[in-house]
Amino acid sequence: MTEIIDQTTPTPVLRLEDIVKTFPGVRALDGVSLTILPGEVHALMGENGAGKSTLMKVLGGIHQPDEGQIIVAEQPVVMSGPLDAKAKGIVFIHQELSLADELSVAENIYLGELPHKRFGLVDWAELEAKTNAILEKLKVGFNAKTRVGDLSIANQQMVEIARALTVDAKAVIFDEPTASLTDAEKVVLFEVISDLQEQGVGIAYISHRMEEIFKITDRISVLRDGQYQGTVNTADTNEENVTQMMIGRKLDLSRNEAHHELGEVALEVRGLSCGSLFEDVNFEVRRGEVVGFYGLVGAGRTEIAETLFGLRNPTSGSIFLDGAEVAITSPHDAIERGISLVPEDRKGQGLVLGMNCRDNMTLPQVDDLKAGPFVADGAEIAIFDQYRDKLDIRTPGWKQLVGNLSGGNQQKIVIGKWLSMRPNVLIVDEPTRGIDVGSKAEIHNLLRDLAAQGYAVIVISSEMPEVLHVADRIVAMYSGRIMRTFTSEEVTEENLIAAISGLNTEKVA
Amino acid sequence: MAESTKQDIGKLLAKQGILIAFALFIIGFTIANPKFLTLDNFENVVRSSAILGVMALGVTFVVISGNLDLSVGSMMSFSTIVVLDLHDKLGPTLAIPAMFAMTLCLGALIGFLVGYLKLNSLIVTLGMLSAIHGLTLTYSGGKNMDIADKEGTWFAIFGQGNILGIQTPILIFIALAALLGIILAKTPFGRKVYAVGGNGTAATFSGIRRARVVFLCYIMSALCVATAGLIQASRSMGSQNTVGQGLELEVLAAVILGGASLLGGSGTIFKTVIGVLILGFIQNGLLLVGLDFSVQYVVTWIIIILAVWLDIAAKRGKLMSPIA
Repeated sequence: MTEIIDQTTPTPVLRLEDIVKTFPGVRALDGVSLTILPGEVHALMGENGAGKSTLMKVLGGIHQPDEGQIIVAEQPVVMSGPLDAKAKGIVFIHQELSLADELSVAENIYLGELPHKRFGLVDWAELEAKTNAILEKLKVGFNAKTRVGDLSIANQQMVEIARALTVDAKAVIFDEPTASLTDAEKVVLFEVISDLQEQGVGIAYISHRMEEIFKITDRISVLRDGQYQGTVNTADTNEENVTQMMIGRKLDLSRNEAHHELGEVALEVRGLSCGSLFEDVNFEVRRGEVVGFYGLVGAGRTEIAETLFGLRNPTSGSIFLDGAEVAITSPHDAIERGISLVPEDRKGQGLVLGMNCRDNMTLPQVDDLKAGPFVADGAEIAIFDQYRDKLDIRTPGWKQLVGNLSGGNQQKIVIGKWLSMRPNVLIVDEPTRGIDVGSKAEIHNLLRDLAAQGYAVIVISSEMPEVLHVADRIVAMYSGRIMRTFTSEEVTEENLIAAISGLNTEKVA
Repeated sequence: MAESTKQDIGKLLAKQGILIAFALFIIGFTIANPKFLTLDNFENVVRSSAILGVMALGVTFVVISGNLDLSVGSMMSFSTIVVLDLHDKLGPTLAIPAMFAMTLCLGALIGFLVGYLKLNSLIVTLGMLSAIHGLTLTYSGGKNMDIADKEGTWFAIFGQGNILGIQTPILIFIALAALLGIILAKTPFGRKVYAVGGNGTAATFSGIRRARVVFLCYIMSALCVATAGLIQASRSMGSQNTVGQGLELEVLAAVILGGASLLGGSGTIFKTVIGVLILGFIQNGLLLVGLDFSVQYVVTWIIIILAVWLDIAAKRGKLMSPIA
């Protein structure tokens, strides 16, 4: 496909031409081109692992391209690193912020280039004046002297943007900027982006969120498996088409309406409390059932999961597995009793990133896979192969380090790790956080399939479409308490939101 | 073409940086003194590295699990003094197991503090370094310890004997390296050591009892220290209270030279053995070249820094850090 650029097109601020980058075993970028025009917001989309991050690293000089060119203002350039890129007018606003919490806003913005007087002393007056001038442009509610650690995440992001404005930016690249912003904060961010646009800055905008893309971008470029899929005008396309470009097929986002026979009660929780984290929690999960836990962050959902998995001790209440009361004192204990937890923080809690795929997958059962005193190599590889095929995990082989896989494939390794234990109860906390739309659907289907096979599944999620799609019943939590349990017939978006906001006092457990 | 050759060399360096540095040292020393590359000298180096090597094997477990052990030097002094003293009181047959038991108790104490109480291993083992030194001095009353009847005992076999023409310290080092290498690479315990050091939280979330794994690593370390003490005592048949002083840093240097990360989660017994040999060859080479003993300390350190730098530079593909 070729790009849509007519004769009147202004000079692009940034062009990437036929970029190729290979890593051992992977062709991460295979002839990718991208043109950013002045004053446009250009979305870059693709599943995790499609090559967006690699492309940005090439642009930022962290990786050097094997083939292809980077062209800034019609001049081919070689980027030697992020600072070099910044000097050439290409500025990155990253998802993970890199600010020093203990320093002031002004110090953060001019870190490394603080204005100074004689004897190398910092010129505080000038620093403050320069900073406030920039902050004024951004219309933010804090000043140069504010300590960065005291700001909200959204405001910290504004500091990052302010930092970008200290140079004469030609192009600003936003990488998932709204991941941790509230709706009100997003509005401010979008205003800033539109101001930048008016000043003729070219914006590249990386995001998984369709509604944002369609709200603020002018054009959309799509990558799939390291290959350039084309560029379209946002006005001429829709979500479905873009999704199809990203995953190469159509996506099913319907409600969960598949009904199958439910089995015995696998897990029953009665009057469970844990200090102030959650109180008097009652619910049950049957075999063949997916129970969704929906609520705001901090509502106590993860804490319930951690208690069931033996990471926390309950202050009162009882837990029954297959009708028998149990005391779970450690994760080891929980695993022995057939409870598995796919944790919320994949990289921090789920995986040893420096270990290979196979070793990660068999870690909880390494004591049981023995040939004499040794770990049975063959049995391990057999398990890995089985779940790689079952879950469609894309990796060059079991020796690949998990840290090199995309988010979706990493999550499948964690899920495979627990499925291979054949648990009675599978708890999945935020199963698709940070995962692209294609892998998301796969993981949702997988959770449905597991229930159909007779597993008792608990899904904790902060995304409403997710719980609506996968759960048979939805437990709505607010501030450590269960407000209401919905069946999939009863639930509507309105009553669910009412329940998790604490608006609905009617308590049906 | 030239570009791809350059890349291949880069890859080779990244994978085998330390081995290549090692080869360069050997070539350099051989040119300086042809005696360096002889079988006799090789045996000499391995024998004189055996005590350090045996200790480094145990410390490898501790480092991979994400912790440090700075107490091994003074613990080795303790083992040596204790086994020499008990030799004359109980006879060698009882003295050896008694010394092992006492050393393992010290290891268990450290393992308990670091593993179960989750105290910082640097603080705990630095403290134990001087505490055990004090314990040794108290035990010996500050006097040197000697075996009275050096001819009338079979105790010398561990340090001075040889089997099939190979000296026992070398045999013990090789056997222990093979045994611990297999434990680390092939058993469930070894796998758990890597998991705990690589990401302790994820290990806990996988049902691994982290405290137990860390505890066992310190037991491994103490076991190796006791073995080293036995070789030392048997070789000299008498000892000062400070025989192991300073060894903790050389041991750590050998483990790191081998390529284990101080952050935990990586390293192997084979690499540690290479690290030990590099250190041994450097010190031996400097001796053969005729450098003064005091200069050796400085040169050894410089070479260690150089080797580690080469290794890191090869891994990141640049001599200087990209982020200054």
